[in-house]
Amino acid sequence: MSAHRVSYTLDSTLDTVNSAEEAASQIATEAGFGDEEVMKIAMAVREAAVNAVLHGNAYDPGKKVMVDFERTAENLVITIRDQGKGLDLAKVPDPLAPENLLKTSGRGIFLIRSFMDEVEINPSTTGTEIKLIKHVHGTAVDGKEASQ
Amino acid sequence: MSMKTSNRQVDGVTIVDCSGRITLGEGSVTLRDTVRDLLGKGNKKILLNLGDVNYIDSSGIGELVSAYTTVKNQGGELKLLNLTKKVHDLLQITKLYTVFDVKDDEASAVKSFGK
Repeated sequence: MSAHRVSYTLDSTLDTVNSAEEAASQIATEAGFGDEEVMKIAMAVREAAVNAVLHGNAYDPGKKVMVDFERTAENLVITIRDQGKGLDLAKVPDPLAPENLLKTSGRGIFLIRSFMDEVEINPSTTGTEIKLIKHVHGTAVDGKEASQ
Repeated sequence: MSMKTSNRQVDGVTIVDCSGRITLGEGSVTLRDTVRDLLGKGNKKILLNLGDVNYIDSSGIGELVSAYTTVKNQGGELKLLNLTKKVHDLLQITKLYTVFDVKDDEASAVKSFGK
């Protein structure tokens, strides 16, 4: 199977979060993932998009969120970039620590890591790029037989 | 689909039947407003029926935590009823399943509230 690539440039709004999630759900379904895996992929993308819109771009209408889906025979790779100041990973708390359990935020990256096979987070002063990778197993022609 | 709630009273307990998605934005705000409204009216025994909640994101989880602590801080109790598998799994992996009082039978859940 050849690689398929789809890219979107989106505004820093809540609509972007929903659009990214819907696109992820559709593309993961087309890639042949089962319902549960589709839900996990879509939710990981949603959480990454929330981080990009809220924490990265801080709803700045002058900043964009770039979402890129790449499907290969082995992987579904989703890259989400914002134009914010760059995520400080040292300040991301462990949401499972007893002192953080009752905090009302800080679970997004944890959920992303829980739902995807590989996660790369690359912050810089011009924005944060997060790459989400889900392995495709048992892919047949056109990805119809892919399963998890 | 956004979130909808409707309230009913059973033996002094307010059961909030929730349906849809508890996510960043409308769904989280609906839950927050509902709990705030109930507390404002003096209803401090709250059972959130999540049986028709098919999706919740990290913001929704945060809103559940906020509702729980807000009610508790005002001397009340907030419990969860009828979790779907998705919500159950999310609370498990975030270690919140043991924080919340989770019930799967409405009648016994109502009885479990303090008098």
